[in-house]
Amino acid sequence: MPADSTPSPNRWKRFSDWDERPLRLDKFAVEDAAHGFSAFSSPNDAKPGVIIEAGRVASMDGVEAKDFDMIDSFIAHYHLDPAVAPAAMAMPSLELARMLVDMTVPREKLCRLAHGLTPAKLAETVSHLSSMEIAFAYSKMRARKTPGNQAHVTNAKDDPLQLAADAATAVAFGFDEIETTMRVARNAWANALACAVGASVGRWGTLFQCASEEAEELRIGMAGFTSYAETVSVYGTERAFIDGDDTPWSKAFLAAAYASRGIKMRCTSGAGSELLMGFHEAKSLLYLEARCLCLQRAMGVQGTQNGGIDGAPVTATVPSGVRELMAENLIAVWLDLECASGNDARTSESEIRVGAKILPYLIGGSDLICSGFGSILKYDNSFNPSLFNGEEMEDYLVLQRDFEADGGLTPVEESRVLELRRRAVEALSAVMEELGLGAPTAAMKASVVAASGSEETASFWPRDVAGISAAIQDNGVSVIDVIKALAVRGFREEAGNLLRIVKLRVSGDYLQTSAVVRDGKILSAINDPNDYLGPGSGYRLTAARKQQIAGIRDVLDRDEVMRAESVHRPGEAVKISYRTMGPAAVGTDKREVVIGVSPAFGVKLFRTVAGHPLSELLKVLTEGIREKGGVPRIVRMRHTADTSFLGLSAARLSGSGVGIGIQAKGTAVIHHRDRLPHNNLELFSNSPITTLAHYRRMGENAAIYAHGEMPEPVVVPTMGQALGSRHHARVALIYAIDTELTEDGASPEEIEVTWLGGE
Amino acid sequence: MNNPKLTAADYPLAEKRPELITGARGKRLDEITLDAVLADAVTLEDLRITAHALLQQGEISAAAGRPTLQENFARAADLVAVPQDTIMRVYELLRPGRAKGKDDLLAAARELRETYKAERMAAFVEEAAEVYDARGLFKRRF
Repeated sequence: MPADSTPSPNRWKRFSDWDERPLRLDKFAVEDAAHGFSAFSSPNDAKPGVIIEAGRVASMDGVEAKDFDMIDSFIAHYHLDPAVAPAAMAMPSLELARMLVDMTVPREKLCRLAHGLTPAKLAETVSHLSSMEIAFAYSKMRARKTPGNQAHVTNAKDDPLQLAADAATAVAFGFDEIETTMRVARNAWANALACAVGASVGRWGTLFQCASEEAEELRIGMAGFTSYAETVSVYGTERAFIDGDDTPWSKAFLAAAYASRGIKMRCTSGAGSELLMGFHEAKSLLYLEARCLCLQRAMGVQGTQNGGIDGAPVTATVPSGVRELMAENLIAVWLDLECASGNDARTSESEIRVGAKILPYLIGGSDLICSGFGSILKYDNSFNPSLFNGEEMEDYLVLQRDFEADGGLTPVEESRVLELRRRAVEALSAVMEELGLGAPTAAMKASVVAASGSEETASFWPRDVAGISAAIQDNGVSVIDVIKALAVRGFREEAGNLLRIVKLRVSGDYLQTSAVVRDGKILSAINDPNDYLGPGSGYRLTAARKQQIAGIRDVLDRDEVMRAESVHRPGEAVKISYRTMGPAAVGTDKREVVIGVSPAFGVKLFRTVAGHPLSELLKVLTEGIREKGGVPRIVRMRHTADTSFLGLSAARLSGSGVGIGIQAKGTAVIHHRDRLPHNNLELFSNSPITTLAHYRRMGENAAIYAHGEMPEPVVVPTMGQALGSRHHARVALIYAIDTELTEDGASPEEIEVTWLGGE
Repeated sequence: MNNPKLTAADYPLAEKRPELITGARGKRLDEITLDAVLADAVTLEDLRITAHALLQQGEISAAAGRPTLQENFARAADLVAVPQDTIMRVYELLRPGRAKGKDDLLAAARELRETYKAERMAAFVEEAAEVYDARGLFKRRF
């Protein structure tokens, strides 16, 4: 046997690297229609079809009326329009699909056709569309023109002070709706009161809901604390519906009950719920969801929270799952429902999957892009983490800016947020004191104002909150009492804001499809209808809105860069002096290495991008040259600031023919006079990670080249940092300062450099 | 009523047709102010929607091509006068397995019709009774 004992590799180590990625925490499932794991189609899905006899639906999707389950019955009676159905169902689904993406076919025409389409037909039609076509059709078909967003406002302690502060914060960032829920069910009343007060700080118009048990949620609404409800769930199979403890009739009754109290309402449904509940009838996720959505239109609700919702994570485990979530949202808006389009339950541990998931909604818009966006930290989200959370809020703001897309949010200044949080906490404390619900201490309040999340607060605990919540309920506290308490304690603006929200009930204007309040006015599908008919129509950002979206924090400008540079001028002035000695001549010393510095080097710019003072850089560079027997000479170029030409010009002046070109920002090159401009000896392009030790070795190598020998090239190791994103904005501004000082035909100047030894 | 039907042009009613809107006790929108609340002249009752307003919103929905939303507003108009406890009782009865038989639901429908003149809602509950019967929903659930 051969003596070679080198073991044969049993794994490409990249797989081990991949094992460590957050993505591998996600689990994926095979397509398995028989067990409900199929996104778009299953052999068990119904085939589209409808028979109308004597103005009644005699058969729908292959099921005769006598065999209808509750869902079929409700859809056949209340959704299908017998006057529209025969012609609409006769149209090939591919033709309908093409109409959805045809910018010249108006939305109203398609919505009218949908009145005559069965669940199976709707599902079959959207199945023809690619993800891009679905996204485009969604953008065209959504009901309200102006996009919006919804926030979750909850915390792990059900602490009312933090709820008030976080509600005010969410309002400041521009959310149209905020939704709370509790860790402990009986804390519902305290959550509701706290968020209602917090949401009235800063501006009026943010709608608010408190997700709780059906009957209690309606009672809280009746007391005036909430302005909408959305946790009225429906399901696509009869067994799942019954297990959810409701029927289409009970849920439709509840829908009417909410409207009778002037409270906005939408239903909830989403792929995967039947799968999770174990009653999927081996049907595809999309088909079941099409049934849910037809049912919602049949019930006469204005809108839906749709797009997987709690079932989104399981849906994302199957092939085409995320495309399915988009497709069901498209059916929702095609049925003319307001769509709070999911993007809430976090579907992945991979930030790349998260970013990809949001993009179609961000650029296409949605009535409420997330339902909702976790405005608080992940661990504080009592619904479970959202697709986007408090941690990632600024990522989202930047995505808006990148794509010039209105995601419904607006950057807010740090000082403004602090002021609003303080105000919200004070307002709620005043209300609690006035109503005898408690007396938060200054320390509790201060901890909440500053806290990013509940782990940092020293405030109320769930047990304290249970007492507060019971007192609100037992004492029959209503929103009127809260309004009075606010006004009495000097929070007149907040009292007025809260009253205006409750007053929306009287006219019921906000019960219409897709209604939100913007700048104190109702905006809905009635007075702000999506009128997209191609470029130049539909939603467009105004100049003012663009400016708002662009206004993220810590943005560089030229003045800022100049200020930052000038800070270093005095420090350098005591360390180094540059004396101009007149035009530079071609050297004769064969050991010579000329260092060609850029026009602003040490004149207007004083440190490299990595932060090294230019005095130190020149020091190590010249020391390195001398170390290897070279003779440095420094020349300032005035005709160029380009690294290659700085280097080549230096090389041409050098007695050895070897020169170094270096920009003030630290980018450098070793060049030889006989080489082409961009074919240098060594390039040091990553100035942000180039250390003084690298510059010293650069000097050494230049001297070795001058001897006519070949050194080991200097490699500046990179750890894969996105250097461009970190530095290029500043680099471009700095480089412009260098290039501004260039002058055509200006000759190089000899520079005498003296190190002054100052600190 | 011979008034022409409302359309999108009348919307939002609170801005464009405030004269059509009053609270449950007849208060006009401009009478519902913070000062009136502080003077106890406005109560929660004044902040309730009326059946009339719901029907008007229904006209606007229908004009915008949303007949099912209009039907929901009409059912809601029926429930405006129904007390909260009754609403919760009927809702509970409509949930699976709560009613022991058709008669329970038919009795609820009768109450809605006779006590509250909630004709649409009564018919809706009667329809549920038929469907629940056909689908075996009256069996007790544990």
